Amino acid sequence: MLIFEHAHPGRRAHAQAPHNAPAADDLPADLLRQDAPLLPETSELDVVRHYTRLSQKNFSIDTQFYPLGSCTMKYNPRACNTLAMLPQFLARHPLADVETGQGFLVSMYELQEMLKEVTGMAAVSMAPMAGAHGEFAGVAMIRAYHDARGDTARREIIVPDAAHGTNPATASMCGYTVREIPTDRQGNVDLEALRAAVGPQTAGLMLTNPSTLGVFEQSIIEIQKIVHAAGGLSYYDGANLNAILGRVRPGDMGFDVIHMNLHKTFSTPHGGGGPGAGPVGVSERLRPFLPIPYVLEERGFHRWAEEGDCPQSIGRLSAFGGNMGVLLRAWVYARMLGGQGMHRVAEFAALNANYLASELRKAGFDLAFPERRASHEFIITMKKLKDATGISAMDFAKRLLDYGFHAPTTYFPMLVPECLLIEPTETESRETLDAFVTAMVQIRDEALATPELVKGAPHTLPVRRLDDVKAARELDLAWKPV
Amino acid sequence: MPFIPHTEADIAAMLTSIGAPSLDALFDEIPADLACGGLSGVPEGLSEMAVTRLMHGRAARDGFYSGFLGAGAYEHHIPAAVWQIVTRGEFYSAYTPYQAEASQGTLQLLYEYQTMMASLTGLDVSNASLYDGATALAEAVLMAVRANKAGVRRVLMPDTVHPRYRAVVEATVKHQSIELISVPFDKTSGLTALSALEALAGEAAAALVIPQPNFFGALEPVDALTDWAHGHGMLAIAVVNPLSLALLKAPGRWGTGTQPQGADICVGDGQPLGVPLSSGGPYFGFMTARQALVRQMPGRIVGRTVDLDGKPGFALTLQAREQHIRRSKATSNICTNQGLLVTAATIHMSLLGPEGLKNVALASHANTRALLDKLLSVPGVERVFDGPFFHEAVIRLSSPVPDVLRALRAQGILGGHDLAGDYPELAGCILICATETKTTEDLEQYRQQLDRILSRRREAPPCAYK
Repeated sequence: MLIFEHAHPGRRAHAQAPHNAPAADDLPADLLRQDAPLLPETSELDVVRHYTRLSQKNFSIDTQFYPLGSCTMKYNPRACNTLAMLPQFLARHPLADVETGQGFLVSMYELQEMLKEVTGMAAVSMAPMAGAHGEFAGVAMIRAYHDARGDTARREIIVPDAAHGTNPATASMCGYTVREIPTDRQGNVDLEALRAAVGPQTAGLMLTNPSTLGVFEQSIIEIQKIVHAAGGLSYYDGANLNAILGRVRPGDMGFDVIHMNLHKTFSTPHGGGGPGAGPVGVSERLRPFLPIPYVLEERGFHRWAEEGDCPQSIGRLSAFGGNMGVLLRAWVYARMLGGQGMHRVAEFAALNANYLASELRKAGFDLAFPERRASHEFIITMKKLKDATGISAMDFAKRLLDYGFHAPTTYFPMLVPECLLIEPTETESRETLDAFVTAMVQIRDEALATPELVKGAPHTLPVRRLDDVKAARELDLAWKPV
Repeated sequence: MPFIPHTEADIAAMLTSIGAPSLDALFDEIPADLACGGLSGVPEGLSEMAVTRLMHGRAARDGFYSGFLGAGAYEHHIPAAVWQIVTRGEFYSAYTPYQAEASQGTLQLLYEYQTMMASLTGLDVSNASLYDGATALAEAVLMAVRANKAGVRRVLMPDTVHPRYRAVVEATVKHQSIELISVPFDKTSGLTALSALEALAGEAAAALVIPQPNFFGALEPVDALTDWAHGHGMLAIAVVNPLSLALLKAPGRWGTGTQPQGADICVGDGQPLGVPLSSGGPYFGFMTARQALVRQMPGRIVGRTVDLDGKPGFALTLQAREQHIRRSKATSNICTNQGLLVTAATIHMSLLGPEGLKNVALASHANTRALLDKLLSVPGVERVFDGPFFHEAVIRLSSPVPDVLRALRAQGILGGHDLAGDYPELAGCILICATETKTTEDLEQYRQQLDRILSRRREAPPCAYK
């Protein structure tokens, strides 16, 4: 039932709005609304009950294990939320003078400095509001750098075929064309293809490391040499930063510009799709182009760097500087972890991933890269099972939902057939991982004995598999009263 | 170890399963000379208790102010139920609803949100959010250019659009060779000057951006502007405060005649709908449009469909527009959006209902009118623009604005937004706003303090003859 179907004309949540509001008799009649908008007329209890019940139809980290590759669905500590929502922080207006927000700004500055240390970059701006927004800022800076040197023939961004879709989409938004290069059989960038691809047209390379195949690019230094020798810059997609936090830094790997996903590595919530935060870090030569605002410290006083401070900046990415509340949560997380805690994040993310990979392999599942060490995630391929039984990776994923596990990432990266990309994260216990392996084995047994059960999954959720074709062909994007 | 559950016994058993001698061995594929050996520059970890104490201290240091700032972010009462439900783990810690069967709560909520936004703006379809109002306007400009069959890459952008929004649009679209043409405003009314538009009519443009209310709070002649855009072969992009739409004509009905064509795309910032000010974010951008433009829209969209048993359910749809499918040919690179803020807005709008939302708009407007009347009674304060406005207005002060604002701040009052930075011709002017959260006493307090500050400065001009 939709909230609109709970509505009754004349019912309201009386406590929630001013009563007896005066008429706006100064407003011209031709500018006024004639028809009431379609908002529900309900009581407070109706609303609370409806949305509480809706929430119960969701999987979430707080209720389920989410082995979702490339998404780093780790526990979101409650203290981060509680402290970011202190009333003074919530009440602060974005245009209030910086003198009224030094407690907030010093926290922002400290986070900015910690992110510099964590990534080994020369400077950081926390303006981007999500990973893809950070990518946009990063590639825009690559373009600004070349443009500032009059090097305007560089029109191409290189991305590996295993890259996230946001990489090529971002390159296009920045006015670049995209050249894809293949991955070799060990899951590394094909160096020969990279050498053949670079040239005077190369603006840069976008790379995720460890890659979306769950393995570390061992030739990273050689890759950097090839790109830099051609006059291009290298971009680090921080989607998998959790795998190396505190062990290896993108700056030390020679990257010129990076973004981080604080909603992955720094445990801010995914919120059913957002908000995220995608700070960018740069090497010294890209510093002048950082997006504004970022925080400056001047003898203990903190203020935003704005247009006048950075004339070469790529500019503003949001009306008011970014997802500040998300950044506050990340600050709390970073302070609770400390440097040593961050170091352990990668260790235990790697321990959990390698353990789960090992246990699944022992249980007879096929790793896509069995010769490689898993990073914080790994891929299994269900191709043999598909050939034998017709049960696809998607069927498997849907059946996992019945067992109370969120599905791993399916069919990404696209170059591994019938794949499941699995990232357990460091916050899960050994028992949870063991229970996941048990479920995987049981589902495989079901696939052999009762394939229809798996093909028809899920059976225990609020709905069964949905008709996506109907959804797209007979668009129903807004409710209409009958 | 914070948030890591492993015991020593777990670690030993897991390493044995893997066949690795140590945790360090798990990184043996990483070239050894790249290892950073730890993060000595990051301070040591604090307990939850210690970090709580530190953060409470910082929050107390920042304190509270009596705020009369608007300019794109507004202080409204948010019912307690909103964020209590939003921060339930099942919403707060859920992933993007790609696995539809395991995400029906979020998906149904988004469908309800899309319904509310489509109705509020008078248009057919809504997406599931963008980052903020400014990026939503940038996406609308890109969308209008994509939809232009003649390949026209110019968009008319009035100076009365929020200056920060214009900056974000510029930073976003410049890489795609899109030209933004500014349109000056009439100095008496603060409204986009139709005469200025006529001067720009000679060259084709893909769209005209129409703010309502505009940055000054002034109400633009939206019907005439929409007709003008359509009459010149342009799309009309509305950029609105969603709260104002409880009171003002929906963009989908803009235009004259019995069957007005309406704006084609509507965007704005959803912050006034249940999102705290929070120093500027996270907020959310909304976008609605005519049905014919739905395949040009950026971002996620939820559709209602049926499951294998014919039972109604919800799923992300039209994903072929998006980056994870279409890659370099996607309508936008956006992936993560502002879902949790949309959750807040949906619950907020449900609690307020059509009448509640209208009352918030009316009470906010009445408070700004009352504040304006009070401040105009102070010698040295005058109104700048003469036309109708919605809950925000521009006044000119007889004394230097930074000094007056600083003196007000010392009394716990944030008196308004100084316009000199973005509009040199409006030096000496501030933009003021009083929402429904202000009492008559709050308004009177502002008047008294302003009167005191301005009269003192009248009696003792600051150091002019020293």
